[in-house]
Amino acid sequence: MSFVDLKNIRVSYDGKNNILKELNLSMEKGELISLLGPSGCGKTTTLRVIAGLIEPNDGTFTVGDSNLTKVPVHKRNFGMVFQSYALFPHLTVRENVGFGLKLRKEKKEVIEKKVQAILEATDLSHYAERYPKQLSGGQRQRVALARALVIEPQLLLLDEPLSNLDAKLRISMRIEIKRIQRKLGITTVFVTHDQEECFSISDKVAVMNNGVIEQYDSPEEIYKNPKTEFVARFIGFENFFALTKQDTHTYTTSDGTLIETVHSAGRQQTTGTIRPDDILLSAHDQEIPSNSLAGTIRVRTFLGKSYQYEVETSIGKLLVNDVQVPGYQVGDKVFVVIPKEKLILV
Amino acid sequence: MRKQRGLSIFAGAVFAFLFIPLIIITITAFGENPTIQFPITGFTFQWFTAVFENQSFMDSFLLSLEVSLLATLLALIIGIPAAYALTRQGVKGKSWIKSFFLSPTIIPGVVVGYSLFQFIVIRLQIPLFTGLLLGHFLISLPYIIRVVGSSLEQLDFSIEEVAWTLGSTKFKAFISIVLPNISSSIFASFMLAFINSFNNIPVSQFLSGPGISTLPTTLMNYIEYNYNPVVSALSVLLMLGTIILMFLIEKTLGLAKVV
Ligand SMILES: Nc1ncnc2c1ncn2[C@@H]1O[C@H](COP(=O)(O)OP(=O)(O)O)[C@@H](O)[C@H]1O
Ligand SMILES: [Mg+2]
Repeated sequence: MSFVDLKNIRVSYDGKNNILKELNLSMEKGELISLLGPSGCGKTTTLRVIAGLIEPNDGTFTVGDSNLTKVPVHKRNFGMVFQSYALFPHLTVRENVGFGLKLRKEKKEVIEKKVQAILEATDLSHYAERYPKQLSGGQRQRVALARALVIEPQLLLLDEPLSNLDAKLRISMRIEIKRIQRKLGITTVFVTHDQEECFSISDKVAVMNNGVIEQYDSPEEIYKNPKTEFVARFIGFENFFALTKQDTHTYTTSDGTLIETVHSAGRQQTTGTIRPDDILLSAHDQEIPSNSLAGTIRVRTFLGKSYQYEVETSIGKLLVNDVQVPGYQVGDKVFVVIPKEKLILV
Repeated sequence: MRKQRGLSIFAGAVFAFLFIPLIIITITAFGENPTIQFPITGFTFQWFTAVFENQSFMDSFLLSLEVSLLATLLALIIGIPAAYALTRQGVKGKSWIKSFFLSPTIIPGVVVGYSLFQFIVIRLQIPLFTGLLLGHFLISLPYIIRVVGSSLEQLDFSIEEVAWTLGSTKFKAFISIVLPNISSSIFASFMLAFINSFNNIPVSQFLSGPGISTLPTTLMNYIEYNYNPVVSALSVLLMLGTIILMFLIEKTLGLAKVV
C-alpha cells in the first residue's frame, strides 16, 4: 500500500454525469506528482476530493493508515494553494501566513517564529505588513504558498499555482517550488495543464482525460512511451495512422508499406504515432525495404529553428519538422522515413 | 449642444420640483407665524423647542427608535445567514426564495400593512408592540438580504475554503473571514433598513394603537388637527437625521453601490 491512495473515486455534481469515474491514484511519501490534462478534465475536482472540499460519491481516500474519506476538510491538515491564491484581503501578509497556526493554538512566540522563518524562506519578510492588494502576482503566489506550508501539512495541494504569472516568473517559481518541496520532503500534488511545467517539476505525472487517468508514469516514460492516443496527442504527437500486425515487430500500413517497429501491440489492428520532430525527410529514395513512404510537400511553415512541412503520402497527411536549409518547396517530391525506435503504438 | 441645454433645463426643473417644497418646509420651521406660511415673518427656534416639549412626539420618537433598532437588528441576525445561504448553498428554487424575500419591496406597503394587521393582530392576537416589531422586521429584511447578498456574491468563495483547509471550522471561517470582508455592506444595509423602517408609515399605521404609535404615525395624526410650524420643525429634524445617516453610508460604502 502506498502512502496516499485514492481508490475507485467517483464524483458527480448533479447526480447524472460522472466528473470523475473510477479514479485510482497512489503516491509515495515525499513525491511530487502532477495531474496533467486539458481544462475541464477533472483536475481541480480530484484535488478538491483530496482536500476534503468534496466528498466523493464512491471510493476511498487513505493517507498512511487512516481512511480520510469522510474526515472533514478542517481536520485534514493539508496545505492548499488555489488558482486565485485566495488570500484574505483584510489581513496583512503576516496575518495571512499566521492564520493556520493561530487556529492550532500554538504559543504566541512559536507562531511568530515559524511565520518569520517561512516569510524569510519565501523572500517575503519585507512585505510582511502589506495587504494582498499591495502585492504583485508573484508575491501573492508566494504568500499563498507560505500560508499553506507553515502549518507543516501532511500533503501540499497546488491548483495551477503558476498559471497567473508571466512566463519568466513561472519558470523561476516552479524551480522554487521544487526546491522547497524537496527540502521539506513534503508529499505534493501539483495540478497543471502545461506539459513542460509538469515534466520539469514532477516525479510522476498522471495524464487525465474526461475524469479518467489515462496514464500514470514518470515524465520520461510518458514523453517516450505514451500509452493512449489521447496522451500521445496531449504531449505533442501529431501523426497517427492505422497499422496491421504481420509479426511481433512487423506491421503494414493501409497501403501495404512495410513498417518495422521496436514496440509491439497485443492487438491485430493498432495505431502508429510519431512526433513531427522525429520523422526524417529526404529528396531521394533511401532504398530501404521498410519504414519509407513517398510523398509531396503541400504546406511549408517557418517555425524559427525549423520548417514544418505538411507532406501528403499514401497513408494521409504527415506533419514533419525539418531543420535542413534551404529546405523543400511546396510541390517537391520527397521521401519520408519513419525511424522504428521513434514509432509508438497506441 | 442645444439638445443638451434642453436636457439640463429639464433636469433642473425636476430637481426644483423635488427640492423646493423641502426648502420651503425648512424655512417655515423658523417663522413666527402660528400657522405654516410662506414667506415667513420673523425668526424663531420656538417650534423646535415645542417639538421637544411635546410628550407624544417624544414618546413616539423613542418607540420608533426602539422598534426600528430592534427590527433592523433582528433582520440582520436573520438576513445575513439567509443571504449567505442563498449565495453559497446550491439551494433549489433559489430564485423563488430570493423573490419571496424581496417581495415586500414590490408589494405596496399598504397591502403589507393590512395583511399583517389581519393576520397578526386580528387572527393571532399578538400584542401590538410585537406585531409592529414583526412588521418592521419584514420590511427591513429585503434590504439586508439584497445589500449583503450582492456583496457576498462579489466575495471570492475560495478564501473561505482556504480557511477550512487551514483548520478553521465553517462557523469560525464565517466569523473571521467572511464577516470582516462584508462589514461595510452590513453597516450600509443596516442604515438603509433603519431609515426605511424609521420613516415607514403604511405598515406602522395598521399596527399602531393606544400607546403604540411611531413618530411618523403620530406626526400624521398631529397634522390632521394642527397645521403649525411644529410639523415643519419636526420634518427638518427628521431630514437632518436621515441626511446624517446617508452621509455615514456614503462614507463607508458609497451610496451608488447600495441603491
Ligand atoms: N461545482 C460544480 N458544479 C457542477 N459542475 C462542476 C463544478 N465544478 C466543476 N464542474 C464540472 O466538472 C468538470 C471538471 O471540472 P474541473 O475539475 O474544475 O476541471 P479542471 O480543473 O481539470 O479544469 C467540468 O466539466 C466542470 O464544468
Ligand atoms: Mg481547474
